[in-house]
Amino acid sequence: MNPSSESGRPPVLELRGVSAGTSRDPEAVLAADVNWTVAAGDFWAVAGLQGAGKSDFLMLAAGLLPPRTGEHRLFGEPLAGLGESRLPQRLRVGMVFDGGQLLNHLTVYDNVALPARYHRQLPPAEIEQAVQTMLEATGLLPWASNRPGTVPRAWRKRAGLARALMLRPELLLLDCPLSGLDGRHVRWWLHWLAALARGHALLEGHPLTLVVTGEDPWVWRGHARQFALLDDRQFLVLGDWAQVEQSAHPTVRALLAGPRAG
Amino acid sequence: MSAFNLPSLRQLWDTPAPASYANHLGRKLVYLLLTVQGLGAFALITLGVLLTKFHVARGVLRGQVRQEIARAGLRLLPMFLFLAAALGFLVIGQTVSWLTRVGAINYLGTVMVVVVVRELGPLLTALVVLARVGTANVVELGTARATGEVEALEALGIDPVHYLVVPRVLGMALGIFSLTVYLILGAVVSGYLWAFLQDVPLTPGDYCRQLAGALSWLDFALLALKTLCFGVIIAVVTCYHGLAQPLRLAEVSAATVRAVAQGLVACVFLDALFIVIYLTVAA
Repeated sequence: MNPSSESGRPPVLELRGVSAGTSRDPEAVLAADVNWTVAAGDFWAVAGLQGAGKSDFLMLAAGLLPPRTGEHRLFGEPLAGLGESRLPQRLRVGMVFDGGQLLNHLTVYDNVALPARYHRQLPPAEIEQAVQTMLEATGLLPWASNRPGTVPRAWRKRAGLARALMLRPELLLLDCPLSGLDGRHVRWWLHWLAALARGHALLEGHPLTLVVTGEDPWVWRGHARQFALLDDRQFLVLGDWAQVEQSAHPTVRALLAGPRAG
Repeated sequence: MSAFNLPSLRQLWDTPAPASYANHLGRKLVYLLLTVQGLGAFALITLGVLLTKFHVARGVLRGQVRQEIARAGLRLLPMFLFLAAALGFLVIGQTVSWLTRVGAINYLGTVMVVVVVRELGPLLTALVVLARVGTANVVELGTARATGEVEALEALGIDPVHYLVVPRVLGMALGIFSLTVYLILGAVVSGYLWAFLQDVPLTPGDYCRQLAGALSWLDFALLALKTLCFGVIIAVVTCYHGLAQPLRLAEVSAATVRAVAQGLVACVFLDALFIVIYLTVAA
């Protein structure tokens, strides 16, 4: 049983008997019979080895990949019904990609501004002010006029976060946010995600529901509240950190036996 | 993007060529039909998005369209002025000697209208834009697809067809129309200059009268329609090959080659269709 389903908080993401495909091959099965509920205010860490399909799984969770079978609901609405007419519902989910996935023809500033310019019918000055505030808060101002190709990977990842936050999502899915970062950036991300989970001033104090993926569960100890594992075409809900430590699953043991274990 | 993914096309492309010649031809035919089907579906999706999202994010789209017009029009202007001078020289240089021999120099304007206005002007413009901007389209969109930019747009609730394809279709249609007009005007002027340098006894007034006499309303209507169609076809073919199927970076160059070849064939077929239309209406 999923711990969050008993919390009494409304579910924001539900997968029922879902079979997940991959972005390159919709016929392939990435994970079968997934049953998972993410409730409002949850902070999930989904661990998995390299190549386990964490990115595709997150894209499925965000509704970017259709499930092969099963039911996928976002904010209580079936995903199949989230067409153009329900775009506001769709925009309640934010996604941060591993490499930031910024648009190469736009500067960092324009990348961050794009969702607000596209979706919000606000005066340009108001949008520019919001972008300026976001860039300042995320430390991206020095890179604002750069194209993504000239920005280091760590800052591109931050720009991806800033861009996703511009639409003030309620559920934020982050694909390997800490991969390839040095200690300074890792600390920044952990601090920021903890603040977002509590309710950041940038989002007017509303707590954000978070799902992160990664190869190393240790780093999320004390930050994430729920853990899951994606391994060998299976999605396993592990529970809290104490339950992760008690798990006898060989992949969990292998992940826990990493450099921090000692 | 799943709406226009064509796994069957990819599978067909990836399977080894059959040994039998007839099977090979059959496979090519099936591939051609699947490609036409894919292009048709992509064009319809683009048209649907253009109509249903006409009022969505107009500020963002206006900027994108302006950028595409600059890319497929304004920035190519110097090259087209050179091409116009060369085209005028080629057409007049060849025809003057023949028309003088048969005493038909009064048909110089008519030749310019038939050759440059009706045929070479629009087709040459389309092919140059295909080579200069169409290839860039495939590379940019193919790279965007391969590096996950398209998924990022979808994650932001932005329809990639609306944001990436619609501005290219509009920009390229308007760009090719404008460039064709400039090319024709430049070729007409340079044609007269070359005739003047060859001591052809033709005043500018007579030349203009010849041109005006050879032109009809049908020329203007079909020129506008043909150039706009060229722009739409080139944009649809190049965007389809860049966007419609998941690509790896290594596959982008092959997709570009396919797009240019198909764009060229489509433009030639469209040109032939317009000849038939012209001859039917003018008869």
